[in-house]
Amino acid sequence: MKKNWLLIAVGLIVAVLAIAAIACGDDDDGDGNGNGDGNGIETPSDGNGTGNTHEQTLSDVLARGRLNCGVNDGVPGFGFLEADGTSSGFDVDFCRALAAAIFGDSELVDYVILTAAARFEALAGGEIDVLIRNTTWTLSRDAELNASFATTTFYDGQGMMVRVADGFDSIDDMEGTTICSLQGTTTELNLADRFEAGGLSYEGLTFEDNGPLEAAFTAEACQGWTSDQSQLAARRSAYPEADGGPESLLIFPEVFSKEPLGPVTRDDDSQWFDIVNWVVIGMITADEKGITSANLADFVADPGEVETSRLLGLPIEGTVFDSTLGIDPDFMQDVIAQVGNYGELYEKHIEPLGIPREGSLNASWLDGGLIYAPPWR
Amino acid sequence: MAVTTIGAGLSLWRNVRVQRFVVQAVFAAALAAFGYYLFTQARELDLGFDFLNGRAGFNISNQVWTNYDSNDLRRELYIAGVVNTVRIAGVGIALATLLGLVAGVARLSGNWLLSRLALVYVETARNIPLLVQIVFWYIAVLLQLPRLADSMTAFDMAFLSVRGLALPWVQTENGFGLWLIFLTVAAVAAVAVRQWRGKREERTGQPSYPNWVALGTFVAIALVGFAIAGGPLSPDRPEIGERGFRYDGGLFISAEFTALLLALVTYTGAFIAEIVRGSIQAVPKGQTEASAALGLNPFQRLNLVILPQALRIMIPPLTSQYLNLTKNSSLAVAIAFPELVGVSRTIMNNTGQTIPMFVIVMATYLLMSLIISLVMNTLHRRTTLVEH
Repeated sequence: MKKNWLLIAVGLIVAVLAIAAIACGDDDDGDGNGNGDGNGIETPSDGNGTGNTHEQTLSDVLARGRLNCGVNDGVPGFGFLEADGTSSGFDVDFCRALAAAIFGDSELVDYVILTAAARFEALAGGEIDVLIRNTTWTLSRDAELNASFATTTFYDGQGMMVRVADGFDSIDDMEGTTICSLQGTTTELNLADRFEAGGLSYEGLTFEDNGPLEAAFTAEACQGWTSDQSQLAARRSAYPEADGGPESLLIFPEVFSKEPLGPVTRDDDSQWFDIVNWVVIGMITADEKGITSANLADFVADPGEVETSRLLGLPIEGTVFDSTLGIDPDFMQDVIAQVGNYGELYEKHIEPLGIPREGSLNASWLDGGLIYAPPWR
Repeated sequence: MAVTTIGAGLSLWRNVRVQRFVVQAVFAAALAAFGYYLFTQARELDLGFDFLNGRAGFNISNQVWTNYDSNDLRRELYIAGVVNTVRIAGVGIALATLLGLVAGVARLSGNWLLSRLALVYVETARNIPLLVQIVFWYIAVLLQLPRLADSMTAFDMAFLSVRGLALPWVQTENGFGLWLIFLTVAAVAAVAVRQWRGKREERTGQPSYPNWVALGTFVAIALVGFAIAGGPLSPDRPEIGERGFRYDGGLFISAEFTALLLALVTYTGAFIAEIVRGSIQAVPKGQTEASAALGLNPFQRLNLVILPQALRIMIPPLTSQYLNLTKNSSLAVAIAFPELVGVSRTIMNNTGQTIPMFVIVMATYLLMSLIISLVMNTLHRRTTLVEH
């Protein structure tokens, strides 16, 4: 009997100590309240905990011989895991461009598939070198999460998808309709603001998952489906033929929120950030100048403009313009030859989704869009 | 031989009383330390609730007694969510009890087919996860209905479509307040009449039909009051809106609400059926036999002898089922029914105030559960056998 008591007492003390240990261990974790909604702001456990990444990402990557690129696997056109195990998409091709710039070979990339909740931690922890996973550039992410956002590659925004058969021409036609959406950080707010601005009433159905949402939309329980345009386009491209197929749906050109997507790096390595940034800018410059993977050889033979020579790393009166980025001066030749310019990527991955480049925010500034490259000099 | 007190010859740590004291002291100290830890953690949190007074910025559907929109305050939209939870819980508890009672009695029926059917229902409904059932009712049943513009209709009075059910209803007119006073008087009068007739029946032994007379009294006063108040209700017929996107007028019961209600009622009803069955079986068989010997028919036996005794056993487990139903309604976010958890998640997403909002949600559920427990415990006390 007494032995039992002693055992119980010892057990209790051990249990209490264990609880205390666990409780104290929690101290360092911050509040870790990631809500996993896909857009939520997740706090990394410790922004500068790794310490060893400072100004040496490039040498790490070169030593490793491969680039670790954080991508999505579930957004067709942007980052999608194909049935054969390869990744493809607009974002994925920027990873390839980066590898082409660094190694001269666009295939030297390891794709790390990340969830929305895990992406910033993976970046901060050095698990990936660059994050190219339809990530919206916001102040709090830039400042709080110790991330740096390079030049925006895709200007996304919340849009509205409707059935062609319902005959709506714009959101202003949608008085009294029912609108389906997912719970998100700002989706419902933008929707309410847009309808209020138009003096329109609506009923909102807010779902947790895309499955029931698509079922409700297909059953015509709601007339409109609102989300980021890239997401809507991906959903539209996969809309079952039995329900009318993609052609039965229409995405209005209007966007009513700002969602600039671009590559993200850690903010303690400006050299690496510059490389990522200028590879993107180089692809936009090539798009402005009309240099494509098909006609690159012509430009190499006869660059014409001085800036083209600088972009392609060709000698101007015997001197090659050195970008001082720490990689070969002619890195853009590899990028354009193996991957292509900005317009080629857009045409290859985004146009098939049903988002034309012409007239959108993602047209070149020469055509009234926002895609603009700083001077290459 | 020396006489020693118990334990006096033992070392201190083998003394039973010392051991007990030490164990309890350690436990109390650990509890206090844990409590202090929680307290310090909570103090570090910024538990401000000011965000609740900010402009909501979002809209929610399915508002019945409230009509808040994006320009109202967050706490007002939260209240709208709470109203929705109360609504689904109230209707759900009533219907689940009814279904459970019928299914539980049917399980014990001598009719082979009936008892088998009840068995199949109970085993199916309680062995499929509730979330699956909710999504099933929504997608596989209600979303298969025609779109609103092509609603099914009964005599152009009621409409059924993928958006929900629209029923004829009444609108209040001037004089409704006066009629409400009459209704209150009628209710009081009905209670008094019922007691009077009941006592008379007890005293004289003549059947005095207390319930029927009370009902008659209520209806009579209510009708007279209705006439005096000038007919304060007018019929409100629903119709399909001009553009075929919504119903105008009438009482609208949305598809989300219906799907959630059906799932909660069938799921909880199955558990209640088992409670009803067990409680009835717990009443000694002699009671049935004795009432049969008295010449009561099977319905009277059940209604007058068995159920009142089974009720006593039923109420405590029934309480937990009612609490479950209330809490399970939080799964509604899967099918876009904005009850309190759905609304609070939107507020959390918009403000980032996760912890304060969770505290409020927990407090709300706790309050609702305590109210249900209070009501059920009162009921339990009143049905408990008082032995003289």
